[in-house]
Amino acid sequence: MSQATEFSLSSPDATADLAAQLAVRLLPGDVVLLEGDIGTGKTHFARSLIQHLLPIPEDVPSPTFTLVQTYDTADFEIWHADLYRLTSPDEVVELGLVDAFEDCLCLIEWPDRLADLTPENALLLQFSLGPVEGSRTLRASWSDPKWTARLQGVSNG
Amino acid sequence: MSDQITLLGLESSCDDTAAAVLRGVPGQRAEILSSVVAGQTELHAPFGGVVPEIAARAHAEKLDTCVEEALTEAALSLNDIDAIAVTAGPGLIGGVLSGVMCAKGLALGLGVPLIGVNHLAGHALTPRLTDGVDFPYLMLLVSGGHCQFLIAHGPEEFTRLGGTIDDAPGEAFDKTARLLGLPQPGGPSVEAEARTGDAKRFRFPRPLLDRDGCDMSFSGLKTAILRTRDQLVAEHGGLHVTDRADICAGFQAAVVDVLSEKTRRALGVYLQINPDSPTLAVAGGVAANGAIRAGLETVCADLDVAFTAPPLSLCTDNAAMIAYAGMERFATGGRDDMTLVARPRWPLDQSAPALLGGGRKGAKA
Repeated sequence: MSQATEFSLSSPDATADLAAQLAVRLLPGDVVLLEGDIGTGKTHFARSLIQHLLPIPEDVPSPTFTLVQTYDTADFEIWHADLYRLTSPDEVVELGLVDAFEDCLCLIEWPDRLADLTPENALLLQFSLGPVEGSRTLRASWSDPKWTARLQGVSNG
Repeated sequence: MSDQITLLGLESSCDDTAAAVLRGVPGQRAEILSSVVAGQTELHAPFGGVVPEIAARAHAEKLDTCVEEALTEAALSLNDIDAIAVTAGPGLIGGVLSGVMCAKGLALGLGVPLIGVNHLAGHALTPRLTDGVDFPYLMLLVSGGHCQFLIAHGPEEFTRLGGTIDDAPGEAFDKTARLLGLPQPGGPSVEAEARTGDAKRFRFPRPLLDRDGCDMSFSGLKTAILRTRDQLVAEHGGLHVTDRADICAGFQAAVVDVLSEKTRRALGVYLQINPDSPTLAVAGGVAANGAIRAGLETVCADLDVAFTAPPLSLCTDNAAMIAYAGMERFATGGRDDMTLVARPRWPLDQSAPALLGGGRKGAKA
């Protein structure tokens, strides 16, 4: 059974705040899928999340051109991937993503490219533009019950 | 001349695989004997030049062919090579790794020095290869994946004055094209559309223009374009050709304004060190955009600073720049050994503070 919850985010700062709340609840082996049109804030969310976890501040560039950017925290590695430019799921394997799903924290933009390789225990976040400028609607859904407990207490302000 | 050396350069850190042969006297001018970029045209044509080379194996296979071609074009054999220069980062790890492994094998087999090169240093030093620009010069590196202002003081000494806190302009062009259904790569197609458009119809944001410093942000432009597009579609049931041209023109004008103004500020900082012959060098694919180039040339003319942009073939990823950066390192005694590692992240100026982007509020506890 899948479950879902929705957040209304009034500004980029509210999005960043939600990302920070989620950040501290994540563990290695977690996969977060970020869906949404261009410009809906996927990378902003991922950047905020990563920067909240980095022990030393570091650039978090868009992964569109490099496909994958990796970061080290004290306990695990973070993979931030943008799969838009991939043309086949084989390339997901070549990138080393399937292995990373096991023991890294993975944030995946354009996850539709994963097709059958999409982990069943992933958290899906869907971004869309909100009613006013700067606002966003974020829908979170999952089928793995671990997320029900993990997302307890996460709120949009 | 006896102190002349011949270098083989290898590049495989991103989408392309490349090899080049360069000859010169370290510390002086060099001549490109050959510069090969693997199968770019035939492989990428159907996809518009945006298909990445992911497999390390594919890079490795292409490297062999590229090296062979580069040597043939230069009419040399491996025995004529005095040193191997290779991109050791930053980039996609599989690609960088295969380049480094190939370079190690060649260096070991030939018994010649191995020189690891930072890909960004390759771009940043290209104006010296093409135009003999003297240190210190201001470099604007502006491409699909990068956007930063650097003062180049020496072959391995760079000060970052600022850069994009989110997307690079090249990415903004590509994504604008995606949002408007224009072909990739977005740079040329958006520029072509913009030519017939009215840049004043839509006023897109100029992020960070009101803030001090040389940092830039281009991510918000995507959202502004998305909203404008959706609004036009909702009002008129579709996007007219003129709408699309006007959006492109408005978008390009915003990018030109931001880059021009931030360049003016970066030049202000650079001019404080009193360079003998003040120069702004622009490298990266985005330097090919006529409007951006004109904007930057105007700023340079205002401030009495020379403007230079290497030819596009040496602005985009290539191995001649890697060979040249290798030669510059060679001149100052830079050598690596078999412990050279591939580095996915490798900032040119490691002392510069990180570009934090939106959302992070101060230091984390």
